[in-house]
Amino acid sequence: MTNKKNNSVTLKMRKRVRSAGRYTFLSIISLLSIFPLYYMACAATNMSVDVIRGKLIPGTYVIENFKNLLAAQNVASAMFNSFKYATICTLVSLVICSLAGYGFEIYHDKAKDTIFSVLLLAMMVPFAATMIPLFQMFSSANLLNTTMGFILPSISTPFLIMMFRQSARSFPHDLIEAARIDGVTEVGIFFKMFFPTMKSTYAAAMTITFMNAWNNYLWPKVIMMDDKSITMPMLIANLTSGYTTDYGSLMLGVFMCTIPTVIVFFVLQKSFANGITGAVKG
Amino acid sequence: MNGRKKKITLAKKHNLTGWAFLVPATLLIVVMSFLPMIKAFVLSLKTGIGVTMKWAGFLNYIRMFKDTVFMQALKNNFIYLIIQVPIMLILALILASMLNNKDLKFKGFFRTAIFLPCATSLVSYAIIFRSLFAVDGLVNTILIKFGFLHTGYNFLGHATSARIIIIIALIWRWTGYNMVFYLSGLQNIDYSVYEAAKIDGASPFQTFWKITAPLLKPTILLTTIMSTNGTLQLFDESVNLTNGGPANATITMSHYIYNTSFKYVPNFGYSAAMSYLILILVAVLAFVQMRVGDKRD
Repeated sequence: MTNKKNNSVTLKMRKRVRSAGRYTFLSIISLLSIFPLYYMACAATNMSVDVIRGKLIPGTYVIENFKNLLAAQNVASAMFNSFKYATICTLVSLVICSLAGYGFEIYHDKAKDTIFSVLLLAMMVPFAATMIPLFQMFSSANLLNTTMGFILPSISTPFLIMMFRQSARSFPHDLIEAARIDGVTEVGIFFKMFFPTMKSTYAAAMTITFMNAWNNYLWPKVIMMDDKSITMPMLIANLTSGYTTDYGSLMLGVFMCTIPTVIVFFVLQKSFANGITGAVKG
Repeated sequence: MNGRKKKITLAKKHNLTGWAFLVPATLLIVVMSFLPMIKAFVLSLKTGIGVTMKWAGFLNYIRMFKDTVFMQALKNNFIYLIIQVPIMLILALILASMLNNKDLKFKGFFRTAIFLPCATSLVSYAIIFRSLFAVDGLVNTILIKFGFLHTGYNFLGHATSARIIIIIALIWRWTGYNMVFYLSGLQNIDYSVYEAAKIDGASPFQTFWKITAPLLKPTILLTTIMSTNGTLQLFDESVNLTNGGPANATITMSHYIYNTSFKYVPNFGYSAAMSYLILILVAVLAFVQMRVGDKRD
């Protein structure tokens, strides 16, 4: 009797220790994940000297940092460029890839399936291997320093097509048949029925594409030779090339480069998780 | 008769619509990926600058194996791959299975916090880590304050510590990303399996190795291939965190290829040959991983 009671007590204890361990571990990892970003936000609002001294409380020096940043680099133009490239790239990419994913699944036959599996191979092609020919092609087509030049290599990706193809699989065929009988055109079915029901897939695709386009560094570094065409990641990379680093304004630049993608992620977070689940399922 | 004819034309019409839907995306991938890939191969067999390029056969391929900087870069990529990818994936798997627990509180907070690094751009986090580990950076300030060091240690100026910092930074940036894939995979596993295991008295460790890991195998394979692919193409971190230094101790293949094509005197033929080695490595490793992934069944 007492033995049994003891047993259940130790079991309960063990459970409690285990659960405490789990919370501690998760808390430490969360803290480590957030800390560098907290450091960035603090440094962006403090004087460079204070950042070096290790001050870890948000300060009030943000306006001065901003003035120094503006004096060093053309932030407005880089911000505008990054928004322009990333937004156009995302919109075009979503339309083209969702059309293709839908086409590959709904109208699939042997030929289309074969083409799809060949396209998947493009996922394996490292960017370094296509970068030089692309640069040559784009410079002879006068696409250097242009939005078109920025977006063309990244608007159609096998990953996105696969994602939309996967979600089109769960789109009921009966609905399509019924709409056809009602006289809705094929394009109409896509835009009026598929598009509204696949919101979470679009949200996930949007998050991924916008983040990739915004964060892209190698390709714009290759083709944006004009100072007026550079992006935010290029701008903050330029900030570090001087002899002495003004940590305050540098981190403010880093902060400004980070905030748009963080906002996109938070706004679309819920649908993002759902969309990824739908894509991994298949 | 008439009805049948109409049906055939309708099927044909649908087929054509299907093609129209997928042609733009397909053409773009062909022109932006496959065509440059072929062009890069042709280029890799040539040598010289600009319009004066001559055929060189496989000379470029022989040259890169004698190029000490490229060999160092190749070695670096493999150091990152072999050390960083397993640590990151195991950590992501552990975190995902912890977060999959139904009784866990603050789940949303933990998940968001761990995923947050992925919303940071590669250049941003490279600069943040560079500042943290600079000679006058926060880590040194703290170490000096607590008396571990007298003067700041140049973390990024020594080969081993610089590599370790790149690895730490990579783990920080990508663990949450992989965790999201595992979490989605876990949602497809019926939770009652776990409850049954609990009733049978399985420890969390046993549950993890006997249930979670095998059922997640397809997702683990996917993330392994993606991470391998990504690690072999590292660029932003090498450029912005360490600038390849000290003395090329942390330079990656993509970084070196960028330098030989756009920073130094452009040698497109040689650069293309080196980029083909990355292509071959990615393909071979993906193939091996798929084979190994299938075998364990």
